[in-house]
Amino acid sequence: MVWFRKKKYTVLEAPQKKDRIPDGLWHKCENCLNILYKKDFEANFKVCPKCNYHQRLTCWERIDLLIDKGTFVEDNVDIYPADPLGFVDSKPYSQRLEEAQKKTELADAVVTGSGTINGYRVEIAVMDFRFIGGSMGSVVGEKVTRSFEHALEHNLPVIAVCTSGGARMQEGILSLMQMAKTSIAVARLNEARIPYITVLTHPTTAGVMASFASLGDVVIAEPNALIGFAGPRVIQQTINQILPKGFQLSEFVCEHGFIDIVVHRKELKKTLSTLLSFFTKTSPV
Amino acid sequence: MSLMIYDFEKPIAELEEKLSELQSLSEKTPETLAEIANLREKLLETKKNIYGNLTAWQRVQLARHIARPRSLDYINAIFTDWTELHGDRKFADDPAVVCGLAHFENIPVAVVGQQKGKDTRENLRRNFGMMHPEGYRKALRIMKLADKFSFPIIVFIDTPGAYPGIGAEERGQAEAIAYNIKEMFTLQVPIIVVIIGEGASGGALGVGLGDVVLMMENAWYCVISPEGCASILWRDRAMAPQSAEALKLTANDLLELKVIDEIIPEPLGGAHRDPEVAFQNVYKALSSHLQRLMQKSVDQLINERFKKYRQIGVFITRQDNSKNFSDKSALSAAAKKDEQSRG
Repeated sequence: MVWFRKKKYTVLEAPQKKDRIPDGLWHKCENCLNILYKKDFEANFKVCPKCNYHQRLTCWERIDLLIDKGTFVEDNVDIYPADPLGFVDSKPYSQRLEEAQKKTELADAVVTGSGTINGYRVEIAVMDFRFIGGSMGSVVGEKVTRSFEHALEHNLPVIAVCTSGGARMQEGILSLMQMAKTSIAVARLNEARIPYITVLTHPTTAGVMASFASLGDVVIAEPNALIGFAGPRVIQQTINQILPKGFQLSEFVCEHGFIDIVVHRKELKKTLSTLLSFFTKTSPV
Repeated sequence: MSLMIYDFEKPIAELEEKLSELQSLSEKTPETLAEIANLREKLLETKKNIYGNLTAWQRVQLARHIARPRSLDYINAIFTDWTELHGDRKFADDPAVVCGLAHFENIPVAVVGQQKGKDTRENLRRNFGMMHPEGYRKALRIMKLADKFSFPIIVFIDTPGAYPGIGAEERGQAEAIAYNIKEMFTLQVPIIVVIIGEGASGGALGVGLGDVVLMMENAWYCVISPEGCASILWRDRAMAPQSAEALKLTANDLLELKVIDEIIPEPLGGAHRDPEVAFQNVYKALSSHLQRLMQKSVDQLINERFKKYRQIGVFITRQDNSKNFSDKSALSAAAKKDEQSRG
């Protein structure tokens, strides 16, 4: 008789049920992977306290962050994207739009409106990266332009909070022309001497960066945001070299002279209102 | 013919070869003469058939033909007293763009032309027509000079894109393009833009804002190159022919979308097959538009320039503000019901 008979197969025991960690109590930083207490993380404006990573905000979170409570009035709400080219790649553009609208409950990648920042009345355009990478098509171009025109009409300072992968390819040349349309709108603000401040957040590249985002009287960026014309992957493929550390991040772009201030998110509202105090003659309401 | 030919041109090349063989025969019997006439007819028919039904991708290929006339070819053929001016007075001179002054029908004009090379050596020097920020700044410097002395501006576009490199990013490629677009809007002189080859993205638009935008029949102009679009959306560069079709980047498409004002016809088979004809056609178009634009007052000019770009874009204006995105057919139903508004 064999003493220790080998078991024919190993029986894995089901792991004991641990006490369930309630969802939504913890947050894992996307950058340093540290586990953070969600309430702390949110109290810190969704910036990781350990590595200072500024997590992307939705346009509504951004508006909450910057605009005084209860003062925001959205405008240009009746504009929706169309599919002018009947564009189909792996799926039809119209289907992409529907999915993005369902996911984000936004009409397109920008929300515009007016409100106050520490009492200063402003016109603000806020982009949302969740909507097809914050890409600029006809709707983004039109809403941004109308928003600037609204500011022109009511003599309001303008804030543009940008986050975008560039122009929306699915609208072809029409999306390229939005660069012209929005830049011309900025030219008209300049002509009327209306202060125009842009806030660049992660990431702001290509078509948006090569139009209204670059053109602020004051250009502010959040720390560690990717800011540039071509994406790092494209550059790497073109020149076949490893890119220097920190290339195209806010601090790098600031060092090279294309950003005025790099501002931590918790200081952003204060910085904006200080700037507004220089540019506006009227005292805050 | 020593011209490089594309696959779709092979039937033409074969016929041309046969024809030249027959023509080189020293003794021509009546049969060979008849054969020659026959071949000639067939050749013309094949040409018309192939070049008359070019796909978007085939046009992109023609636009990139190495023998296609470049900006300097047009400049030398159309203008007199061409005097090139170099440098942006800030950093460097960018050989990917040529700028200068010239006479057009005895009118002094400023000329900006994105310049590709004719061979590899020149292409390397010209960076394949891909401009750096200093190129955009040089172009703007010359355009401001034109503004100061009331010279009309003529721009030739031919670029595969603004250069994506470390130096270009360090010196603010995006800012240079954005600033150019904004400043070109304020120039108080007529601007005529001619897209002669490739018009890729912000690289083209950075010098491409104009009162009149003309486009050669086989040129292309788009937000991204077909390869770039294919590698992003299809994850495969080989899908470029499909993406070229989908992007609607040919002159006909752009005329329909009201992004360009006029198509300049090319000789059969592309500008490189008979450059003189191409130069003539560009000259005629420039002449008529310049005369018309120069009669306009500054206010009228800027006003019309504003309107031209303000109205570009296609979107839906929906009055019911019910944000009911869960309704799957909301978009398509709205698209059908509501009038698609332009601007």
